[in-house]
Amino acid sequence: MLELIPYTEQIDYPLLTLLIAVPVLGAAILLFIRNAALARTVALAFSLVELALCAPLLMHFNPSIPHMQFGESYEWIKAWNIHYKLGVDGISVLFVALSALLTTISIMVSWKAITDRVREFMIALLFLEAGMIGVFMALDMFLFYIFWEAMLIPMYLLIGVWGGPNRLYAAVKFFLYTLVGSVLMLIGILAVYFYAGGTFDVLTLMNFKYSYTFQLWVFASFFLAFAVKVPMFPFHTWLPDAHVEAPTAGSIILAGILLKMGAYGFLRFSLPFFPDASIAWTPAIMILSVIAIIYGAYMAFAQTDFKKLIAYSSVSHMGFVTLGIFALNSQGVAGGLIQMINHGVSTGALFLLVGVIYERTHTRMIADYGGIAAKVPVYATILMIITLSSIGLPGTNGFVGEFAILLGAFKFQKVYAVIAALGVILGAGYMLWLYQRVAFGKITNPHNEALKDMNYREIAAVLPLVALVFYIGLYPNPTFTIMNASVENLIAHVHAKAQVVPAVAQAISTAVGN
Amino acid sequence: MLKYALIPLLPFAGFLIAGLFGKYLKERAAYAAVAGVAGSFILSVSAFIDVLGGTIIDENLYSWFAIGNLTVNVGFQIDQLTAVMLLVVTTLSTLIHIYSVGYMHGDKGYARFFAYLELFTFFMLVLVMANNFVLMFVGWEGVGLCSYLLIGFWYEKKSASDAGIKAFVVNRVGDFGFLLGMFLIFLTFGTLDFTDVFAALSGPAAAQSYMLLGAEIGVMTLISLLLFVGAMGKSAQLPLYVWLPDAMEGPTPVSALIHAATMVTAGVFMVARCAPIFSLSPTAMTTVAIVGGLTAVFAATIGLVQNDIKRVIAYSTISQLGYMFLGLGVGAFAAGIFHLTTHAFFKGLLFLASGSVIHALSGEQDMQKMGGLKRKIKVTHGVFLVGSLALAGIFPFAGFFSKDEILWSAHNAGEVGRVLWMLGVFGAFLTAFYSFRLIYLTFYGKSRIDHEVEHHVHESPKVMTIPLVILAFFAITIGWIGMPGAIIPHANLFGDFLAPVFPVLEHGVANHGLERWLMVFSVMVALAGIRLAYSLYVKNTSMPDRLARSFKGTYNLLLNKYKVDEVYNFIFVDGLVHRLARFLYNITDVKIIDGAVNGIAGMIRRTSEGSRKVQTGFVQEYAFVMGLGLVVLMGLYYVLK
Repeated sequence: MLELIPYTEQIDYPLLTLLIAVPVLGAAILLFIRNAALARTVALAFSLVELALCAPLLMHFNPSIPHMQFGESYEWIKAWNIHYKLGVDGISVLFVALSALLTTISIMVSWKAITDRVREFMIALLFLEAGMIGVFMALDMFLFYIFWEAMLIPMYLLIGVWGGPNRLYAAVKFFLYTLVGSVLMLIGILAVYFYAGGTFDVLTLMNFKYSYTFQLWVFASFFLAFAVKVPMFPFHTWLPDAHVEAPTAGSIILAGILLKMGAYGFLRFSLPFFPDASIAWTPAIMILSVIAIIYGAYMAFAQTDFKKLIAYSSVSHMGFVTLGIFALNSQGVAGGLIQMINHGVSTGALFLLVGVIYERTHTRMIADYGGIAAKVPVYATILMIITLSSIGLPGTNGFVGEFAILLGAFKFQKVYAVIAALGVILGAGYMLWLYQRVAFGKITNPHNEALKDMNYREIAAVLPLVALVFYIGLYPNPTFTIMNASVENLIAHVHAKAQVVPAVAQAISTAVGN
Repeated sequence: MLKYALIPLLPFAGFLIAGLFGKYLKERAAYAAVAGVAGSFILSVSAFIDVLGGTIIDENLYSWFAIGNLTVNVGFQIDQLTAVMLLVVTTLSTLIHIYSVGYMHGDKGYARFFAYLELFTFFMLVLVMANNFVLMFVGWEGVGLCSYLLIGFWYEKKSASDAGIKAFVVNRVGDFGFLLGMFLIFLTFGTLDFTDVFAALSGPAAAQSYMLLGAEIGVMTLISLLLFVGAMGKSAQLPLYVWLPDAMEGPTPVSALIHAATMVTAGVFMVARCAPIFSLSPTAMTTVAIVGGLTAVFAATIGLVQNDIKRVIAYSTISQLGYMFLGLGVGAFAAGIFHLTTHAFFKGLLFLASGSVIHALSGEQDMQKMGGLKRKIKVTHGVFLVGSLALAGIFPFAGFFSKDEILWSAHNAGEVGRVLWMLGVFGAFLTAFYSFRLIYLTFYGKSRIDHEVEHHVHESPKVMTIPLVILAFFAITIGWIGMPGAIIPHANLFGDFLAPVFPVLEHGVANHGLERWLMVFSVMVALAGIRLAYSLYVKNTSMPDRLARSFKGTYNLLLNKYKVDEVYNFIFVDGLVHRLARFLYNITDVKIIDGAVNGIAGMIRRTSEGSRKVQTGFVQEYAFVMGLGLVVLMGLYYVLK
């Protein structure tokens, strides 16, 4: 039974509200600024304040308990029993920090890349940040839904206004895909609300017992919303288009945070609310995850566009995440969670690096590169580090996640782990081949002769991500410690609450073993 | 503990210095690198002495990650086996670093080269020092990374970066097995620490079995075979050997250190480390022995006809690794490690000496364009001869002792062992033949060197020849530490030293008379091989061409390496990856899934021409409608309540 620990027990000020308010305030101030240069500075300043606020968040966070911390709860719309209720646990707290970090980085990389409607761009980014952070903190389904939808709009604008030539198609596709999912989720939320006797309170709903049939249906409606976001196969085709057209900042946020929302939804709602349905659906989800891993990797091989390749690699990587989560044992879930962070770090960095080179050459075609290692050694080195992280080389963050996930999946059902592990081979193949085509060989495109290496601003933007690659890779325990209590609690909760299909549950707890 | 931790950390420090400041240090980066490995060498000697004195170290530095019941530590273990490996790795690494100072002189990637080489040494030391499977895997994949980086060191050459990718991906196929093996170990024993796993082997968990494709397989067999898949990748055994010949694209010191002396022997080391596991599964042991025996002969046959000096030695390496596995597979673990040790010295020597030849010939690697070099590069010729005699297994050179111990053990290992012994002896004949074909083509007969190159032929500088001479010294003497009882009783220092690490498998009793006869026999076989090479490549030099013409089919099959690369390329690279990927992309993703999405969208658009006005395309309005819908639903609830 999870409790909400009021913030007053941990810190002097309502930290979570502050975390939502700072970017909103920044956006509001930007409304009055006409000067583009000033707009950039103000946006960066607010994103840095937000990032600084994550320090007390992580420092005062108590990792030994699974409860919701820094809690705030106020009645909002009494008639419908809607509350403004916030809290973070070991599952969500890291994503709050990651959102803040990636937003700051996004502003830095947009410094020169965005010259048109700078102010509006920065407003959209800050709004997006508030929305994302809100999603991870909301403990009221209504509030959650508002943040969830609010996040959609600035993202749509980032793609549709500042995107590439085919941006409208991509933006509409992104919007419709996620809208269909959202609407289904809304129906699910309302169903739960009515079923549970009129409450949106996440902690209450977690402990409510739903009938098996109800679980199956509502799980499905939530599932679609989350599966589109992850994205799971076969709901993934919006992602390559969205990434290709999105500006660098949009891609970083999209890959780094927005894709995590789906998996977060599974962890926060699907599993604890509907344990029986989750277990019943598990084989299907495992199969889809394995398909995503292999299929995404295959798709990556077929790509000629730098960004599309990374987009498909995301499908493959996120397949690992859902595989781990639904293995429903410590290693699987913790591995899935850390892999979500890892993917945000590595893929965020990859999109950043694509952006860096795109700004110089204005092409995303892999064939237009080749041999640039000789011209831009710093860039080539960082790209190599991130590539290695992406293929899960031990010592980098990617390994820790993949290892834990595969081990968890192996404990659950060997065949999934065996097939998924093939994805590790394919991953090395397409990433190293990509690297070869970009950096190795002789320069064939004369435009690349005068290529300039990364400047200090760009290096500063990517450096925190490189540091995280090694920090999580070499010393992941502090990160695992933060999530551990919540992960164990979640698993125990699901297994304890699952009753309707005892046979399956029994099989699973045997598989989980010790 | 600090002392032992510094063994890998000193090279790592060298890597950081050469890597981060190489731009400013230029060729001075080599000092940092050499200092790093040399320091590591000194500490390794000290660690070896500690082990000799009876100190076995097994300590955790810190907890790497802990999730649920899984705890993975960064911790080191230095027992007899590790102590041997430490000496082999650091000695070779130091000598090869020094050699490289001369060999790489003037290369624009000089500092980068040393940085990679240091990083490699670091990972290799982590691999041999790890006290658990996961940390060993770190070193395992880490050396693979460095191998990839160093094979593709001259990255402007497409063939070089291709070879690097091939090496990495083929190794990943092996790692796939390694990973699954680890998972199964964890599932079975609940731990991944060597000591704990080995201690649990006598318990009931080890007796489980799985049904696999209708057959019942014991868990120890399954674990052993999965781990062995990893070893096959790293140590280039059939069918995963294909990356190693291509790896010769890397600079020659790399071939010597990584692709002959150390990294490629990691698979042998791993199987030896897991000897307690393997020895519980006769099936796995036999598999290891057979794969080793077949690889030994298979690779040797290809080596017979290759013309690239480095490729001959590369195939020879694959073949010799096969011998090591043959030894492990018949239960002669110490003999396998002994061959690993002697091989490291004489094969490292052969590669470095071939580098010296290539250096002398301004980069020429084709033996058909060599000949008569004996008088021009005397030191190189001398050490090359020593290395080849050691490789051919001529008494009293190093290879003789280790190879004979393996063959003798095979001979004692039942019927399968007897067949493998025959394979091994046949392989020894081939080995002697191709090694001396190389010697004769390179150093004897008339010069076939291009005129322009001929003027520049020169002996390598001291910084290169001194390491060669040191290695040649070891190539002669290192075998003496494993003196077989049939020659001098109770003088097998090497075997005795390693005895505590390995399980003892009973294979008949010592029969010194027979053993002596077999020794004489195998030396005779080797001499026959040398003799044949002499008559073909010195006496009767037109003979090889005539033979090649008369046995055109066989000759071409060997020259084309049995066309294995072509077949793999066709099936895996072209077929299973690129063609299938394009097919899936164009059909599934673009036509089916996106077709459906766009189709539904189009259908809606067509059927809703009438309600078009609602679809304004402005997201703000959609959002507004969305919010409105929500409010209406809420309102409805409120009213109905």
